[in-house]
Amino acid sequence: MPDVLVTGADLLGAGRADLLLRDGRFADPATAGPGVKRVDADGLVALPGLVDLHTHLREPGREDAETHASGTEAAARGGFTAVLAMANTSPVTDTAEAAEHVAALGRRAGYAQVVPVGAISKGLAGAELAELGLMARSSAAVRVFSDDGHCVTDARLMRRALEYVRAFDGVIAQHAQDPRLAGSDACCHEGELSGRLGLPGWPAVAESTVVARDVQLAELTRSRLHVCHVSTAETVDVLRWAKARGIAVTAEVAPHHLLLTADEVAGYDPTYKVNPPLRPDEHVAALRGALADGTIDVVATDHAPHARHDKEHAFVDAAPGMVGLETALAVVLETMVLPQRLTWHEVAERMSVVPAGIARLSGQGRPLAVGEPANLTLVDPTARAVVDRSASASLSRNNPWHGRELPDPVVAAFWAGRATYRRS
Amino acid sequence: MRHLLSAADLTLAQTGEILDLAEEMASVQARPVKKLPALRGRTVVNLFFEDSTRTRSSFELAGKWLSADVINVSAKGSSVSKGESLRDTVLTVAAMGVDALVIRHGSSGAPAQAAQWVDAHVLNAGDGTHEHPTQALLDAFTLRRHFRSAEPGLDTFAGKQVVIAGDVTHSRVARSNVLLLQTLGADVTLVAPPTLMPSGVDRWPVRTSSDFDAVLPEADAVMMLRVQRERMSGGYFPTPREYTVGYGLTRARLATMKPGSAICHPGPMNRGLEISADAADAASSLILDQVAAGVAVRMSVLYQLLGGEDAPATPRGDV
Repeated sequence: MPDVLVTGADLLGAGRADLLLRDGRFADPATAGPGVKRVDADGLVALPGLVDLHTHLREPGREDAETHASGTEAAARGGFTAVLAMANTSPVTDTAEAAEHVAALGRRAGYAQVVPVGAISKGLAGAELAELGLMARSSAAVRVFSDDGHCVTDARLMRRALEYVRAFDGVIAQHAQDPRLAGSDACCHEGELSGRLGLPGWPAVAESTVVARDVQLAELTRSRLHVCHVSTAETVDVLRWAKARGIAVTAEVAPHHLLLTADEVAGYDPTYKVNPPLRPDEHVAALRGALADGTIDVVATDHAPHARHDKEHAFVDAAPGMVGLETALAVVLETMVLPQRLTWHEVAERMSVVPAGIARLSGQGRPLAVGEPANLTLVDPTARAVVDRSASASLSRNNPWHGRELPDPVVAAFWAGRATYRRS
Repeated sequence: MRHLLSAADLTLAQTGEILDLAEEMASVQARPVKKLPALRGRTVVNLFFEDSTRTRSSFELAGKWLSADVINVSAKGSSVSKGESLRDTVLTVAAMGVDALVIRHGSSGAPAQAAQWVDAHVLNAGDGTHEHPTQALLDAFTLRRHFRSAEPGLDTFAGKQVVIAGDVTHSRVARSNVLLLQTLGADVTLVAPPTLMPSGVDRWPVRTSSDFDAVLPEADAVMMLRVQRERMSGGYFPTPREYTVGYGLTRARLATMKPGSAICHPGPMNRGLEISADAADAASSLILDQVAAGVAVRMSVLYQLLGGEDAPATPRGDV
């Protein structure tokens, strides 16, 4: 693999410099040889390769919706060099063997590092702990555990999970949804809209009450809690309280919750069905504020590809979720960077450094410095484009951004020194 | 009018036209030969994803008395579990060359989704807990006749107090009636225990109350909503007995209604629960008139959707 010399990029918005990529690491640009491959990055911003704590790659089990190959290619196009693959596949990632299989599938795909998330409970059933320790000791070195798609509702199981993973520095990532307040049919933010449309409501408190319990369990157990896809202002308030107390809680927000509002659901288009659901303006504003001030630590896509026939049902019956890997940075740029709520340095924190830290990925989210792994995303801060779902690398087309004009930032991605995406 | 998906689709003028035409249709029904040639050569499919004998029969008769070819497709169960998507089912039926699809579905929004996929006119025959616009039209038809018996020529319901009582949250009838009664100018009060009041109802163009006794004596008409069996175990209210005491149209409450005030119920009734036999069978009960109005109103709606168009250029006979 020839060396690559990236010239003139603005490193995290802090100043222009050249970057030499050699043997998977950054090297001193002054040592670039005559055979070096040059990439002109004049006008571009260089970020560390992005890390997504929350994706559904669907393989094994639903290879018609996504595979590691298609999902990681979409990740590369979105500027990601590492993705965490949620455990709700078929079979569920709830054993060391399953975790190693997922990791192996990811290595074969080759567009980004795939890190399996282990299930908290056997079969995601919420009853008994899965073999958390064996998954941690496996070659997949699982550190993030989640029953995502299902809430761990049993307080005792949640407590035990938090306590248990402390032994190997794991983190419990909770899908916060009280199933008694927001059952399996809940699909629309509970409010005027759900009442008018006659759709089963998903009240904001079904999320925040679970988070309120869990942060106190995290405090009790002195363990690490991560809150998946925060969607409400009430949850933001709980997180603020917990962080002020010094509780080891981190939280993510999905790009769609930063820009789309519940009003999208008014036409019953299941493209806009997602769990937790899109929320009204005031929640969106609270989420942006929380991401800006660090109450919400990271952006994670909750990339959830679905086969077309699983979406083309009545709204209540359609599968929840939307694709998001390719557009995540675009949405963050639109909602946070252009309105000057986040600097590029802060974008790197929230989309690379901090998620890598939460997942304990030693080779990701590192500085763009000599000797570090050459994980790099080059960003054009001014380009815009109309999103075309058919142009996606994902196998699925449940793309809520289709037809919208958004920033089109990602120009190239390099994972371990190798170009995984170059805009043509 | 391209589709009828929501009662909100109808203006006051359109509502008046539908009700006036329904009056004409009703007069035809009194004749020995009920059939009109208006929709000859047009095909109407009743696509029912949910059982409903009365609504389906009503639409079937309406189409047939207008000389349309009507077929009933029961798509119950041909959904998620069977692997066929809603879109597949709708497109399959539409591909047979139909002019109007009358859709009943257990999930809110299904007819609106279908309208995005097909060229045919789509008529919402009840979707989940969303709307049932032809029920609201037949209720308006029945009430207009009732009000006109005292005030001939009455066009709007301005100044009329209409109380809708019962499980508003889960009632598609209530939603469509609120919208249509607002268009017609009535003052609507919803009565329900707070657990059965829709979220965001404070932003609806209605008054709300949990005190049936306080509002009933002022009503010019009361619409009782059916309490679904599954709600009784859903924790929305403690017992059927308590529901009846608080929200049923009991004999005692019936006595507090002002003279000439009408009683409606979309059926089927839970006698003894939300409505007493005394109320259901009272002289002021319009419940059977509502059923009778169903066919005429649906004939009118089908004609509004299909009648203004040229007949299809190529005959679509059975092949």
